[in-house]
Amino acid sequence: MQTRENAVRHLIEIRDIGKDYQTGANTVSAIRHMKFQVDDGEFISIMGQSGSGKSTLLAVLGGLNHPSRGQVLVDSLDVYGLSSEQRADFRSEYIGIIFQSFQLIPYLTVLENIKLPMAITGISAKEQDGMAHSVLEKVGLGPKAERLPDQLSGGEQERVAIARAIVNRPPILLADEPTGSLDSETAEGVMGLLRQLNKEGLTIIMVTHNPDACRHGDRTILVRDGLCLAQ
Amino acid sequence: MKLYHISCNNLKRRKGKVIFLVLGLVLGISTIVTLLSITESMTRDIEDRLDRFGANIVMVPKSENLALSYGGITVGGVNYAVQEFAEKDIAGIREIENRQNLGAVAPKVLGASQVMGKQVLLMGVDFAVELPLKTWWHLDGTPPATSGDLIVGAEAASALDLAIGNTVPLGRRTFTVVAILQPTGAAEDGMIIGDLHGVQEVLGKKGVISLVEIAAFCRDCPITEMVLQLAEKFPTAKVTALKQAVMAKMQSVELFKAFSYGIAALVIFIGSLLVFVTMMGAVNERTREIGIFRAIGFRRGHVMQIILLEAIVVGFLGGFLGFVSGNLIAWAVLPLVIPNGTFAGVNLSLGGLAILLSISLSLLASLYPARKGSSLDPSEALRAL
Repeated sequence: MQTRENAVRHLIEIRDIGKDYQTGANTVSAIRHMKFQVDDGEFISIMGQSGSGKSTLLAVLGGLNHPSRGQVLVDSLDVYGLSSEQRADFRSEYIGIIFQSFQLIPYLTVLENIKLPMAITGISAKEQDGMAHSVLEKVGLGPKAERLPDQLSGGEQERVAIARAIVNRPPILLADEPTGSLDSETAEGVMGLLRQLNKEGLTIIMVTHNPDACRHGDRTILVRDGLCLAQ
Repeated sequence: MKLYHISCNNLKRRKGKVIFLVLGLVLGISTIVTLLSITESMTRDIEDRLDRFGANIVMVPKSENLALSYGGITVGGVNYAVQEFAEKDIAGIREIENRQNLGAVAPKVLGASQVMGKQVLLMGVDFAVELPLKTWWHLDGTPPATSGDLIVGAEAASALDLAIGNTVPLGRRTFTVVAILQPTGAAEDGMIIGDLHGVQEVLGKKGVISLVEIAAFCRDCPITEMVLQLAEKFPTAKVTALKQAVMAKMQSVELFKAFSYGIAALVIFIGSLLVFVTMMGAVNERTREIGIFRAIGFRRGHVMQIILLEAIVVGFLGGFLGFVSGNLIAWAVLPLVIPNGTFAGVNLSLGGLAILLSISLSLLASLYPARKGSSLDPSEALRAL
């Protein structure tokens, strides 16, 4: 990894980022200007309406979408100063992502989906098994290890997505609307699980439009029209 | 879990899609294999038919005379010490190095004899060998069955006033005319043709052979080498290759081959396009999945490994099954294309090429969409974040 900056104060630093999209002759700014920091072990909620730019922000934070301007520093590392392949390594090492619609691989079992991020690490098969079963137990899906994703309920799929995101023990977990498609009881369970993971030291940044989900975070960043309104 | 587990599980658990992809390949490859197999079988059949179509090597005793004839008019000539062949030596023809290229070996004895007060050229042949070799001979009557049967050329029959069923005294024996040879425009028209040993007896040439006509199989026919081998084996013989006949045969075969390969090339092109579009569509559908892999930290190379490994497996299956089914179709269809035709057999080199072509097509078709998908920003590929 390259470009380590001198002052290490925050785990994540968002420095004046912006993201524009070109639609024909028009330029649409999904993120106009944002600047904030996240400390190690924090649980941040990013709240805003649909189209406010919160999901784009999460993608930029995760090294998934190149910003049009500004810098993202993670552990003092300039994420977008890295090449595309180095950024893939960065994601493998630093980031766990829970996607809004789970994004599980349909032809892999629950256990295989959870092991997926480990397929590109040098972790032995035995160790992979141990780690995968450990997170499976943590999310309460031990007996469903050999099921395929379409044989699970929405809440269970969400738990598999969480297990897959944390199995490599990344320091940062990004969650995009983790309760968006769940009933309130299941959503509460998932939020409890995230809270527990945060207590174990995981830094979590969660995007949501649900004020109830924000209760679980340490801090909420309000986003509207591509701007941070309040922290 | 390793990357190949992902490929294997995809192939195992998405059987419907894999079957569809493999079927696309099987269709393309089997069409190509069928066409090439039929072409090969048809080429062999034509070669075999041409090989049976008369002799292409003639072995005569060496003589020091010059032929004084043109256009069937013989002016004259003097033979000095022509030493004919001994019948027992003729078996040596089948001992030459290229004996596997030898087809019919037709020995003959020639000589003049007095028939009903007229000088007639008598030819003794082995009918069992001669008649299949002379496919252009059309007989009125029945083919000779015994050593006392004769075929009479059309001109000779007319000159001697002979008809089927007539008896002809030759030497101390009496022969029966069983067939009249319809006019051929060749020397046979003025001849009387009888059994080799019978004629040898009549001519007083027991165990003597005047000339040998040889039909060589001209598939990969080393005719010049064969002539040299025969000349070496029979130093007293003058061995001549009827090159013109051979060249004409080969030209016919080559023309047919060129035509067939032209059609095969067209089918290969269309088949390749079909396979290409099918494979490309299948990988394009996986853009979202590529996005997931990239988002969780897979490098472009990792994604390519997964997709290309699948392409190799699908390509191999398609190539192998296409080759098998192509051969089966060719075997089944061949009798409809060539009556009495025989299947040329399974060509393993063609099998290797078919599998290689299938894998290459599958890889090529997957490469572009896989590269395109893995080059996208993961969020773009996912269309979710």
